Amino acid sequence: MTSEYHFRVWRGDVSGGAFQEYRVPEEEGLVVLDVIHRIQQTQQPDLACRWNCKAGKCGSCSAEINGHPSLMCMTRMDEFKEGETVTVQPLQTFPVIKDLVTDVSFNYEVAKTIPAFKPKPREADGTRRMYQEDVDRVQEFRKCIECFLCQDVCHVIRDHEDNKKSFAGPRFFARLAELEMHPLDTNDRVALIKQKHGLGFCNITMCCSEVCPEHIHITDNAIIPLKERVVSEFYDPLAWVKRRLGL
Amino acid sequence: MSERHAYDVVVIGAGGAGIRAAIEAHQAGARTAIVCKSLFGKAHTVMAEGGIAAAMRNVWKEDGWQVHFRDTMRGGKLLNNWRMAQLHAQEAPDRVLELEEWGAMFDRTNDGLILQRDFGGHRYARLAHVGDRTGLEMIRTLQQRAVELGIDVFMEYTLQRLLTDAGRVTGAIGYKRQTGELVLFAAKAVVLATGGIGKAWKVTSNSWEYSGDGQAMALEAGAELIDMEMVQIHPTGMIWPPSVRGILVTEGVRGDGGTLKNTSGKRFMFDYIPEFFKAETADTEKEADAWYTDKRNNRRTPDLLPRDEVARAINAEIKAGRGTAHGGVYLDIASRRSPDYIRKRLPSMYVQFKELAGVDITVQPMEVAPTLHYVMGGIRVEADTAATTLPGLYAAGEVAAGMHGANRLGGNSLSDLLVFGRRAGKSAAEYAGRASAPPAANEAQIESAAAAMLKPLGAGDGENPYRIQSELQETMHELVGIIRDESGLKEAIRRIQTYKERLEQVRVPGGRAYNPGWNLALELRSLLMVAEASATSALMRQESRGGHTREDFPKTDGEWGKKNIVSMRQGDTLVQRTEPLPIVPDELKKILEEGAKSE
Repeated sequence: MTSEYHFRVWRGDVSGGAFQEYRVPEEEGLVVLDVIHRIQQTQQPDLACRWNCKAGKCGSCSAEINGHPSLMCMTRMDEFKEGETVTVQPLQTFPVIKDLVTDVSFNYEVAKTIPAFKPKPREADGTRRMYQEDVDRVQEFRKCIECFLCQDVCHVIRDHEDNKKSFAGPRFFARLAELEMHPLDTNDRVALIKQKHGLGFCNITMCCSEVCPEHIHITDNAIIPLKERVVSEFYDPLAWVKRRLGL
Repeated sequence: MSERHAYDVVVIGAGGAGIRAAIEAHQAGARTAIVCKSLFGKAHTVMAEGGIAAAMRNVWKEDGWQVHFRDTMRGGKLLNNWRMAQLHAQEAPDRVLELEEWGAMFDRTNDGLILQRDFGGHRYARLAHVGDRTGLEMIRTLQQRAVELGIDVFMEYTLQRLLTDAGRVTGAIGYKRQTGELVLFAAKAVVLATGGIGKAWKVTSNSWEYSGDGQAMALEAGAELIDMEMVQIHPTGMIWPPSVRGILVTEGVRGDGGTLKNTSGKRFMFDYIPEFFKAETADTEKEADAWYTDKRNNRRTPDLLPRDEVARAINAEIKAGRGTAHGGVYLDIASRRSPDYIRKRLPSMYVQFKELAGVDITVQPMEVAPTLHYVMGGIRVEADTAATTLPGLYAAGEVAAGMHGANRLGGNSLSDLLVFGRRAGKSAAEYAGRASAPPAANEAQIESAAAAMLKPLGAGDGENPYRIQSELQETMHELVGIIRDESGLKEAIRRIQTYKERLEQVRVPGGRAYNPGWNLALELRSLLMVAEASATSALMRQESRGGHTREDFPKTDGEWGKKNIVSMRQGDTLVQRTEPLPIVPDELKKILEEGAKSE
């Protein structure tokens, strides 16, 4: 008898749904996304999921696997115990569209509120020079594949739907940090980060950094430095006096 | 038709070419929309790894557009549209610098400029890059630029049929994936930037999106395709475990010093240097290794021959029994570069192998085998304007043809997207500016398309679209793959006809909202059209050249080298004819013949 994987997959839409059980024959080297595809191909052609690259580069196949926000394409079946039931459900922070597909448009709306990159003038010889050591820290944030797992896990929005109006979420703190630390950028976003993007809501529980498939240190390298900038701009008495005096 | 929109320019596809086209059209004042199958920022461009080829001369002053032009034409076995290759080589550096202007962060040289890396077929280190995730950097930069400009983006909308009236394009129709509602976009001009056709093959680096929608809808609307027999099998795809088979392993591994070996540890590429590249390729390991640091006195390593040559060599080694148990060869950088260097230069390869295959590439060699990666053929376009043969219709990027001839060099794709994406957007906006409003949509055309789109839905017995797709993939892999012959191609064409008949019988359960089975049934229609064009063109071209290798015609043929194969529809039938290639002007011919100087 060949062994089988045991899957519980959430099926449904905005009007409701339930977990359904599936059994799929085991094969060597599969990832969770492969098993979902096997279910589509052989049992339920209308089972909805997103995917593209199948190699952890595009951030499309985000889901919650045994309760843990993960990319389905990078979760190997041999991570589970023999006979363990694997439960796959859609991201819980965003409204479901169908089965494993959620409406992540919140993130695209936040992206529109971030003032764009605005470079300083070129150097005298017409070039733009940046040095690798300055570029490195920005490149860390630009590794982001926009899987939105950090947004999903962040309790500020996961547990409080209302906060979505005033909180950008970890993905966008990484984006803001990237722009603020860009050696050529001239825009100042610090007031916006405090007021509109609600950085103060974050109490650095580091859940976002833990789920990041790109291993970006969102809390340590993006959020904390941004908090420091906000503090020195708004709460440093010396800076406050200087601002009042127009210095 | 439950949702209708009207724009001056509708760009279908949101990879590098599509977004770049939309930016240009928008900046030219056209009301522009981007319509894409996936979420914004997830298009295939995101998977590009190695870099953007552009003769910026940051690393090698000897480089220049002429050298890049020559490399591109020779890599394409001279089947390229010379004018496209010229424009591409001349404009690529500006397009890269423009990305930097929009916030891109490339790796740097010691004096702070954009660093460039070695890649197959390029004489000098030429690829602007960010580790091995250049495509992500490019798409994110373009995406953020489009957001900054406020361009309308329709995500998870699939457009698959063009509307035409009086011989010009008037829009496109399709469906909204999330609800399954049918949608219509009326437009004065349409830019197709829908990418490739790789999902017709079994082992491919391409995602589900690559179903040939753009090529198929162009063909159906009356535009012409060329060179559909020219598909690129990338030499290095992952091979083990089975679920990762086909996933790309960047050429950057070899560009950064990795080398191919068979099971007896031999660097076999030295046995496969073709006459055409002999003069410029190292024939000893010593010279090949010295080339990485001294390009003036050494010739290029054969590990970095153009992709078609390397893929055939790997295939021959495996067939000769010198491959691994899993049916691949070794790609070794562990024994040649330090772990720190490998992790810095190839971070996503490191993670990909570590997490998906359990292989540490700083310690062990990778196992690789060829994987279908790209189609050089596609929609026929005018070089300067990216105009197709159908008025109002433009095409750029992988969906368009001519630029890469019979084989594309690595790194030339990302630059192609930028150069011709921009040109397509500009031309489409100009056309829209002088065109009258499109005639009211032809309701009969809409109704018949709508009925056809809804046909696969319904309960009851019928064909499973996944089964047809998997049989098509087996057929294309086996018979229209790396090595072809007449009887195999005829068999493939016969089978494709049977798949078409079976597609008529497809039944998919479930509703219209986000139903992948239904979506696949509609994509299969495109896939079968492009698979047929590819197989029939391959049967017609009786020679071997670039991405097209015929066992029964193993040599390149001077006469065939002067011809494109044009595919078009007459009624419901696909027909082919040959047409002479555009003639290379004398001053460019000189560059090709004499070699090139940069200044």
